[in-house]
Amino acid sequence: MLSLSHYLIIGAALFCLSVAGIFINRKNVIVLLMCIELMLLAVNMNFIAFSHFNQDIAGQVFVFFILTVAAAESAIGLAILVMLFRNRNSINVEDLDALKG
Amino acid sequence: MSFETLVFYVFSAMLIASGVLVITLRNPVHAVLSLVLAFFASAGLWMLLEAEFLAIALVLVYVGAVMVLFLFVVMMLDINIAVVREGFARYLPVAAMFAVLMGVSLLLVVGPAHFGLAHTRQTKAPKPELQVRVRREDRIRLVKMDAEKGT
Repeated sequence: MLSLSHYLIIGAALFCLSVAGIFINRKNVIVLLMCIELMLLAVNMNFIAFSHFNQDIAGQVFVFFILTVAAAESAIGLAILVMLFRNRNSINVEDLDALKG
Repeated sequence: MSFETLVFYVFSAMLIASGVLVITLRNPVHAVLSLVLAFFASAGLWMLLEAEFLAIALVLVYVGAVMVLFLFVVMMLDINIAVVREGFARYLPVAAMFAVLMGVSLLLVVGPAHFGLAHTRQTKAPKPELQVRVRREDRIRLVKMDAEKGT
């Protein structure tokens, strides 16, 4: 019999993996965006697991909004990335220092 | 082991394996393709959790639109992979340390000891169809007008 903890552990493992991915792939903005997508997936997994085991449909509504916002966010991120590549000819994070951060 | 448990373990193994591939693969195109596999696996898990609409929406919106956009951008940009992969081995210990740290803290906070079903709040209406049900009084509202008072 599957319990809530099964799904929570899967979500936590996926979240840890994507945090590690953000640290590893510090040169590549595309993989950073993909790691953010994985993080949002882990969070959505927790929402849906709680929604199912608490028999409360509000969790699924949250997931629906998160999906919408994440899709818009990745579209905007990719557009910014394309413009950066056309201007700087690189997607290395360390080259993107125009704001002197 | 029941069939449901077997399906859960197959999909979660697929999810974790493709997540590892996303962060370690050398070629960004392969990383995007394994991210697509991760989305399919989690859509399967959401089907198991009876969130059918969201599972279909994940496949349609994410795999169909966002991942294709990712693939398009990855293929359009001419990325020098050798430069991009430079610091991989250098950051690996730090990344592993942070991942383990975050895993331990997540296990301490949301582990089975604290977040079993006994600890979460039960809602008043235990079935979703009872929550979204429309009562008869909400659907029709009878209004008494002043003009018909005298008749």
